[in-house]
Amino acid sequence: METINYQNFRIEAENICVDYNGKVALYDANLRLKPGQICGLVGMNGAGKTTFFNALTGFVNISKGKIRINGESVRSAQKDQTIAYVPQNEGIDSQFPISVWDVVMMGRYGSMNIFRCPRESDVQAVKHAIERVDLTDHLSTPIGNLSGGQRKRTFLARAIAQRASILLLDEPFSGVDIRTEKLISELFIQFKNEGKTILLSTHDMIHVREFCDLVLLINKTVVAYGETSEVFTPENITTTFGGISPDFLFGPES
Amino acid sequence: MELCSFLTLDSFITDPLTHDFMRKALLMSSLVAAVCGFLSSYLTLKGWALMGDAVSHSVMPGVVVAYALGLPFSLGAFIFGVGSVALIGFIKQKSRVKEDTVIGLVFTGFFALGIVLVSKIKSNIDLHSILFGSPLGISLSDVKQTILISLLVVILLSIFRKDLMLYCFDPRHAKTVGINVFFLHYLLLTCLSLAAVVGLQSVGIILVVAMLITPGATAYLLTDKFDNMTVISVLSAIISSLIGIYVSFWFDLETGGSIVLAQTFIFLFAFLFAPRYGIFKLKKLFAGYK
Repeated sequence: METINYQNFRIEAENICVDYNGKVALYDANLRLKPGQICGLVGMNGAGKTTFFNALTGFVNISKGKIRINGESVRSAQKDQTIAYVPQNEGIDSQFPISVWDVVMMGRYGSMNIFRCPRESDVQAVKHAIERVDLTDHLSTPIGNLSGGQRKRTFLARAIAQRASILLLDEPFSGVDIRTEKLISELFIQFKNEGKTILLSTHDMIHVREFCDLVLLINKTVVAYGETSEVFTPENITTTFGGISPDFLFGPES
Repeated sequence: MELCSFLTLDSFITDPLTHDFMRKALLMSSLVAAVCGFLSSYLTLKGWALMGDAVSHSVMPGVVVAYALGLPFSLGAFIFGVGSVALIGFIKQKSRVKEDTVIGLVFTGFFALGIVLVSKIKSNIDLHSILFGSPLGISLSDVKQTILISLLVVILLSIFRKDLMLYCFDPRHAKTVGINVFFLHYLLLTCLSLAAVVGLQSVGIILVVAMLITPGATAYLLTDKFDNMTVISVLSAIISSLIGIYVSFWFDLETGGSIVLAQTFIFLFAFLFAPRYGIFKLKKLFAGYK
């Protein structure tokens, strides 16, 4: 679908800094991801995970550094529908009067005309996306009537319908049922084979080991970054979580 | 004498229509209600009730200055409405005072400025009609202006209907797919200021916020679909306006207050009896009889 003739990096973040009204949220952070890579973003609450996502999507401006998406600016990545953001369940108003179909259709808005009239191709994309997350029975269900897992899948479908090559997922496994967890992990493998790049934040150390090729440990800045097998060590995790022993995080068996 | 007319519902409705000012008031108030009702679904979902209150009060000095200078009052209102929001944002960012405090502080300041200006600029401005509305005494130039502004707001909201819904629901996604969130924010604000201006003719500055939030809140209790919510909101706003004006005609009551009271009663009805979200869920009651 797309040609990759730049230096082969989907995401390049170089020494980026973000501050809110003078309060530093993230500094000197670096990240490079290639197509087909899944990277876990691990850190405490307030360590800058969401800020990192916001910087990549252009939702907040970086005060220093450089971000390249497919070799181009964040602005043109937005125009090209390159990045999809899957929010945390807590990050959205679940009482908003909107159906599964309408949420997934929002994934197509960026490539529609100004009135956002769905074309046949948009309808097909939405249908297909909803099938992939197994919500065909809930097309017109208001999101307020869905379970946490179903809601998570709705937003995943939105990202699929958008046909983005980069997926940013904020806590994709939090508050979901086992069925959804299984479906998400299957989708991750499919996304990887399709050459999509995935950056996901998580609290769950087991998921990092299971899915992530790479891991980025942050605490306002990058603590460690690299292959999961090399970087995801008890020492690094302890540093990331401000001295809490990994035994505490992993449970006694590790 | 008037009580006799009550014997037939027909004359209850048709008698007022023989008066020119009543026909005009009913038509204009319905138009204004429709505009405010349309906007109302966005404001309630975005959580901008307090913002609506702030903007509608802040337009006061703008209206007074515009009248004094012979400019269209909508222009003055618009400048002060958007200006108040800019000022709120600025103070919030540059000080440690909490947002709701800043909002309350700025809009009362603007409102006070408006009242002081009215007392200083002795012109033909009727403070009472600005504060409480005067749908029965609306002038021809006001009619033209109201129609123009209403059309403008309806057209803007119709074009950007879906974008504004997305902006209220998930601004982060909007930004990520290249939709101009900054533009949408100010578009909604612009519509809010304009709707406040037309709304204040019906119910006055003090109560105009009710026109901007009550219909949306009522509709929110009655449906889970955004499009339906907009339709219900507009309809309930129009119906309350008609009820309010008729009631105020027959019982000689303040018109603006009657319109808002009608809206409040419709909200309370929805609050108690809405099929899914009401306290006494009607659906369940009916199910019991089957």
